[in-house]
Amino acid sequence: MAKLTLDDLRKLRDEKQRAMNMRDPENKTAQIIVGMGTCGIAAGAKETFNAIIDELNAQGITNVLVRQTGCMGLCHSEPTVEVIAEGMPPIIYGQIDAELGRAIVNRHIINGKLIDNHICDKPAMDIIR
Amino acid sequence: MHAALCDYIADLAQNAIEADATHIRLEIFTGPDEVRASVADNGKGMSRETLAAATDPFFSEPGKHDHRRTGLGLALLRQAADALNGDFTLESRPSEGTTVCFRFDAAHTDTPPLGDLAGTIAGLLTFPGRFELEMERATPHDRYRLTRSELGDALGSLEESVNIALVREYINAQEENLIL
Repeated sequence: MAKLTLDDLRKLRDEKQRAMNMRDPENKTAQIIVGMGTCGIAAGAKETFNAIIDELNAQGITNVLVRQTGCMGLCHSEPTVEVIAEGMPPIIYGQIDAELGRAIVNRHIINGKLIDNHICDKPAMDIIR
Repeated sequence: MHAALCDYIADLAQNAIEADATHIRLEIFTGPDEVRASVADNGKGMSRETLAAATDPFFSEPGKHDHRRTGLGLALLRQAADALNGDFTLESRPSEGTTVCFRFDAAHTDTPPLGDLAGTIAGLLTFPGRFELEMERATPHDRYRLTRSELGDALGSLEESVNIALVREYINAQEENLIL
């Protein structure tokens, strides 16, 4: 296989943008933030992160930014995922494996419904600045 | 022990980001006899006292979180290196930065696999902040280099899922060439 170059990457990006008919890629109305401290890493947060990316792409969702962050102070509930979506309260979910990562995209982002039994009250007090 | 070497690399790189580094350099070499990696940053660094305690699992840098003393990343890595006849070094100077290096015997049964490098790096690029992240990746056959700024110039926002998937694809393509 020929090595992909940065120019190839630019072309792929343009093709994807056309294919997904991204009308306004700057208009982001939601953020999904995956905790990637030592605790998150050990609990498999990378699989959750990858599953969220793949599901967003599979569903053609382009208004969501995905970020990683450090420990949210909820090490007992890793992997943790914070979802900030327009018109909904900010939510931190705990114990989110790959399957629940996909559910966050389908239920919370697409349908505006919360995922029961995985909602954490709030981050640890010392994390809130 | 983390499940994959990439998990240690993610952990160390995340420490560097939290240490307010503006430049983070990863070097990752995998060969038939050894795997070695280093994470060097120009972040706030550690005092002599903090450095001495940094790999103690019961220590965490005061002030990192106000009421908690957690922090197992370096301790887990040192423990793994000790258990697997590997090497681990940690150098740091206040206001200058920190460099962590580790080496494992590739033939040791318990040496973790490299793991998902593409997913790890694509994820690290999404941490907020204006830091540069540079990776030098090599095997005995070939090498490649990437930087956060070059990928950002090529793709735009590295926090969009389409672009994160493209970064993964790009790294996987470079990795395939390393192995052939």
